[in-house]
Amino acid sequence: MSAAVLEVQSLSRAFGGVQAVDEVSFALNPGEIVGLIGPNGAGKTTLVNLITGVVRPSAGVVRFHGRDVTRQRPWQAARSGLARTFQVVQPFPEMTVLENVAAGALFAGQASSRADAEAAARNHLEFVGLAYEAHRPAAALPLPGRKRLELAKSLAMNPKVLLLDEVNAGLNTGEIEHALTLMRAIAKRGITILIIEHLMKVVLTLSQRILVLHHGKLISQGDPQTVIQDPAVVEAYLGTKFAERQKRLAHG
Amino acid sequence: MRRGLTIFVAFTVLMALVPFVADNYVVRLCTFLCMYSALALSWNVIGGYAGYPSFSTAGFFGLGAYAGALVQNTGMSPVLSWLVATVVVAVFAASLGRAILRMKGHYFAIGSLAIVEVLRLVASSWASLTGGGDGLNVRILEGGPDFIGRVFLFAMMAMMVLAFVVTVVVDRTRLGFGLRCIKQNEDAADMVGIDVTSYKTAAFTLSAMFCGTVGAIYASWVAYIDPSDAFSTLLSLKVPVMTLLGGPGTVLGPVVGAWIFVILEEMIWAQFLELNRAILGLVIVLLIFTLPGGLLGLQMPSWNWRALIGLRDRVPEAR
Repeated sequence: MSAAVLEVQSLSRAFGGVQAVDEVSFALNPGEIVGLIGPNGAGKTTLVNLITGVVRPSAGVVRFHGRDVTRQRPWQAARSGLARTFQVVQPFPEMTVLENVAAGALFAGQASSRADAEAAARNHLEFVGLAYEAHRPAAALPLPGRKRLELAKSLAMNPKVLLLDEVNAGLNTGEIEHALTLMRAIAKRGITILIIEHLMKVVLTLSQRILVLHHGKLISQGDPQTVIQDPAVVEAYLGTKFAERQKRLAHG
Repeated sequence: MRRGLTIFVAFTVLMALVPFVADNYVVRLCTFLCMYSALALSWNVIGGYAGYPSFSTAGFFGLGAYAGALVQNTGMSPVLSWLVATVVVAVFAASLGRAILRMKGHYFAIGSLAIVEVLRLVASSWASLTGGGDGLNVRILEGGPDFIGRVFLFAMMAMMVLAFVVTVVVDRTRLGFGLRCIKQNEDAADMVGIDVTSYKTAAFTLSAMFCGTVGAIYASWVAYIDPSDAFSTLLSLKVPVMTLLGGPGTVLGPVVGAWIFVILEEMIWAQFLELNRAILGLVIVLLIFTLPGGLLGLQMPSWNWRALIGLRDRVPEAR
C-alpha cells in the first residue's frame, strides 16, 4: 500500500458537552474514493471542518502528505491542495459564475494572473457543464447549478484531496447521474475524494471504501459490502429493511 | 473604465488651471474638492472593496494632522513631516487592524468609530505635547496667500491623483479581487485560499495612510488644529457618504461623489443659512436610498421602493 495522502489520528472535538467528533482515525490513499456516511448529527461535517482548519480540534493530528497540518487555517489548506465543498453552498453571490471559479484558480490554484485564472475557470466550467452560465451572477443560479459551481470552484483550486460535503443533496435523478459521471472523471485525474453522502446508491457505486460515523465515533470502515452488512451500521444508520434488500440483491 | 479615466484627467487638468484664472475662494474650494476626493478614494479601499464600513477616517486624519504638525514644528520641512505622519499612521493602522478587523458589520463600524473618540481624547488630554484644547499652531509657509493657496491645491491634488492611481492598481490586481471576494462572503474567501486577515489589514492600512497624509497636509494648510477639528466625527460620516453617493467599489465613484457632495454642501450652505444641515441631511438620505449603487450605478434605473419603505434589504442575501 502506498503512503497515505491524508491521515487523521485520534481527532476529537467537543462543543460544550457534546462530543461532536470522538477519537476518529483513518487514512486516505492517493486516488481513492472514500464514502463517509452516518445519520444526521453524526459529526460528518464537523470532521471535514476539522480537517480543513475551519474548526480547531480539541485533540488529535491531521497529516497531509506526511506533514502535520492540524493547526492550519482554511486558506492554507486550500493553497496546499486540500479543497472542500460546502453542504450549504458558499458562492460570491454578486460575482459572475466565471469570477467565482476564477477566484479559486487565482488564490489557491496555479493561475498567475487574472486572465490566466479566467481561462482556467472556463475549462472547469466546461468540465462541470456550466459554461453556458459563465456570465450570470452566481446568486441567479438555481440549486443544481450552484452545486456544480461549488464543484468547479474547488476543482479550480487544483486539489490533491477533495472533500465533498453532500454535493448531491437536493438534486434529481438525472442530475445525480451527471454528478456521478463527474466524480468518476475527477477521480481519474488522480484526485483523492472523500464524499459525504446520504444517497446510498451514490455511495455504493462510487466508493472503494466506506467510513461510518455515529455519535462522533467511527463505528465501521472497510469495503462497501462488508460495511453495509455490519450489524452496528445497520442498527445505527441503514435499518434492517435496507440490509435485507441488499442481501437479496447480493444473492440474486 | 476608459471613459472614467478621461473624465478624471479632464477635471484634474481643469482644476490645475483654476489658480491662474479664479480668485482664492475658488482655489480654496478646489483644494477641498481634492482633499475630499483623496479621502473618499481611500475610504473606498476598505469600505467599498472590502465591505468593512470604517468610521476611522477622522481618527487617521487627525493622527496624521497632529503627527505632521508636531514634526513640522521641530523645524523639519513640510513635505518631510507629511511623510513622517504617513509612516506613523500606517504603523498605527497596521498594528490596530489585526485586532479591530476581527469584528464584522455593525460591531466593526462602532469599533472603528471608537478609535476616533479615543484619539481625540488623547489629543485633548495630553496638553504638554498637543496643547490640549487650546489647539496647536503650525508654522505658516512663507510666500503670501496666493502662493500658499496654490501650494496646497497642488499638494491635495497630488494626493487625489495618487489615491486614484492606487485605486486603479488595487482594482486590477489580486488584492482588489480578493477584497471583493471578502466583501461578498468572507468564509468562502478563506476557503478559496485568500489570507483574509492579511488582505483586510492591507486594505485598512492603505486606506489609513492616505487619511494620515491628507491630515498632515491639512494641518500645514490651515496652520492651526485643535482636537475637535482634527478628529471631527462629521468627517468620518461625510467621507463614506461621498463614496456611497458616487458608487462604492468603483474607481471613479468616490471622486464623483466627493465633487457632488462638496459643491452641494457649498450651495446649500450659502442659500439656507439656518436650515443647511437639515436640508443636506435630507438630500443625502434621499440619494442613498434611491441610488443603492451610487450615481455610477445609474445605467440601470434602480428605484427600489421596497427598500425605501423598509420592506426588504437593499442587497438581497443569497446564502
